[in-house]
Amino acid sequence: MTDTLTPVLTDNWGDDRAWTLAAYAARGGYRALDKAFAMAPDAVIEEVKESGLRGRGGAGFPTGMKWGFIPQDNPKPKYLVVNADESEPGTCKDIPLMMASPHTLVEGVIISSYAIRANKAFIYIRGEVLHVVRRVQRAVAEAYAAGHLGTDIHGSGFDLDVVVHAGAGAYICGEETALLEGLEGRRGQPRLRPPFPAVAGLYASPTVINNVESIASVPSIIEHGHGWFGSMGTEKSKGFGIFSLSGHVQRPGQYEAPLGITLRTLIDLAGGVREGHELKFWTPGGSSTPLLTAEHLDVPLDFEGVGAAGSMLGTRALQIFDDTTCVVRATLRWTEFYKHESCGKCTPCREGTWWLVQTLSALEKGQGSEADLDLLLDQCDNILGRSFCALADGAVSPIQSSIQYFRDEYLAHLSNGGCPFDPAAATLFAPEGATA
Amino acid sequence: MLDDKTYGELREIAARYPEPRSGLLPMLHLVQSVEGRVTPEGIEACAEILDISAADVSGVATFYTMYKRRPVGDYHVGVCTNTLCAVMGGDLIFERLKGHLDVGNDETTEDGKITLEHVECNAACDYAPVMMVNWEFMDNMTPESAVQLVDDLRAGAEVTSTRGPRVVTWREAERVLAGFPDDLADAGPAAGPASLVGLGIARDRGWSAPHPESDAGDSSTAGSKTEAVEQADTSRAETETKQEEGKE
Repeated sequence: MTDTLTPVLTDNWGDDRAWTLAAYAARGGYRALDKAFAMAPDAVIEEVKESGLRGRGGAGFPTGMKWGFIPQDNPKPKYLVVNADESEPGTCKDIPLMMASPHTLVEGVIISSYAIRANKAFIYIRGEVLHVVRRVQRAVAEAYAAGHLGTDIHGSGFDLDVVVHAGAGAYICGEETALLEGLEGRRGQPRLRPPFPAVAGLYASPTVINNVESIASVPSIIEHGHGWFGSMGTEKSKGFGIFSLSGHVQRPGQYEAPLGITLRTLIDLAGGVREGHELKFWTPGGSSTPLLTAEHLDVPLDFEGVGAAGSMLGTRALQIFDDTTCVVRATLRWTEFYKHESCGKCTPCREGTWWLVQTLSALEKGQGSEADLDLLLDQCDNILGRSFCALADGAVSPIQSSIQYFRDEYLAHLSNGGCPFDPAAATLFAPEGATA
Repeated sequence: MLDDKTYGELREIAARYPEPRSGLLPMLHLVQSVEGRVTPEGIEACAEILDISAADVSGVATFYTMYKRRPVGDYHVGVCTNTLCAVMGGDLIFERLKGHLDVGNDETTEDGKITLEHVECNAACDYAPVMMVNWEFMDNMTPESAVQLVDDLRAGAEVTSTRGPRVVTWREAERVLAGFPDDLADAGPAAGPASLVGLGIARDRGWSAPHPESDAGDSSTAGSKTEAVEQADTSRAETETKQEEGKE
């Protein structure tokens, strides 16, 4: 049995000046790099494949397999692009990682680029996190100065340049092909696949796009081996991951644990749900993953377990809402978000999210009838699976799941002539004893 | 008009990339740092340098929410009103600030100091309700602390991010996003308190990832792993004990 929490990526976050090269090197940082250089690139890919690491950006695609898809006989340059556009509502793990230990990411970038034989890598960070951009800029500059980046790194003959690129505000750019469009200086609109980025990505060249946490996990896998990594987690969801608890828990924050931990354990570690209240609903992996309820407290938080419960592990963004929260209000706000962030390329998403907001906001005000719930679900059916990317699919998740679990609460808005909840009671600064 | 230095820096950005057009997003950040918004002149300059049409540049500039067509105040104040922050108090904070500053969403105060905008999830949910000032984190806000914050900004008092440095002006921030770093990377903590909660619990309870030296890939070695950890702890305890004794 592994321990309940297994800090690896978060292990150095409390160190003095953890973001500096000196602090990172003092813990053995950049040691995995030499170990990787002593291996053939294909052996590095094999090691990551063997580890069972699956993408930590939400989709859970096996990282090593993604790397293996890069056609090495393609004469074009290969690129590594790090998706640091963390924007999924509830998701807040990559930002603290890059703030506290940007060198973990940079070392991962170098090893990963070596494996796929890329000599140019990009770190695409959302623009709205200035200090994180600063820390990553500094880490890259330090890595150049120390000879970890540039030409003939550590005498290996391998060259790598890294560009830190700040985005400009667009949730859609977290979608990998929209991110590539943004990185090419265009509007961030997803591309039709195939061709997949592995074959024709950035500048129509073979490109690997990985999430920050995926890439940051690579140095530890190379240093300690796939067996060590696989000793954590479950059969098909191996390793550790950062679980982000937010909302109505006593101690919200980052908890790094083997995949498969349950929300019951995590909430227990977090000191329980807010005093005097009960868990009502939660997202396992951001707002695009269908809501779950208290009946799912013992679901193993791995890809298979959450899938079997009718949702998705996503980014392990556990947003906790207690009994003071109106699920209709929560769902409407998320829906307004998706409408705002729809890039406009596909009609079902562009028009559909607009209609969802219309129908939902009427219901939230207590207008309309029960038949509007069916209308809403019908709209969802006409949106789900009908667009280029997953944004529209994510948009229907909170609606379908909230109606599934809380149909009566929607109806209560109608019979009540509006929302029966007091929004002040749900706030962090609610007066003692406030009730819904 | 943009000066030669700015033209030079715009070209410098484009030159970072295998294909110059990739520089467009950071170039527009630089335009904002110089002009205080995306101006027609800035659009023309980007178009000229990248050899694309001004319409192409405009199409990009209007797509991304960080690019502003109207002048932005010295301080862009964002209030997260995505679901979790809204529920935790973001909605009340935003309402209070609109009233206190007498502006609507995406509007600037008459003194030109503050532009107020509600923002989407900024990846700091464990610090909800969250505000941003020129894209620096202001964590765990209340309506009262939010009012104090904007009053301090308007009064010219030095304001420090809860997880970062003193807040710079919006134009200075845009320059960093364009890829021209300032010297503030070392300011602020490595992590805020919420980021360290799980780590703290693990330390308290002696939890860690499996010991790398043991062959952790095989579940039958779980016992030897425990032994290894115990041995490590024992030897460290002995060393520390000896050091303590040496002091006396």
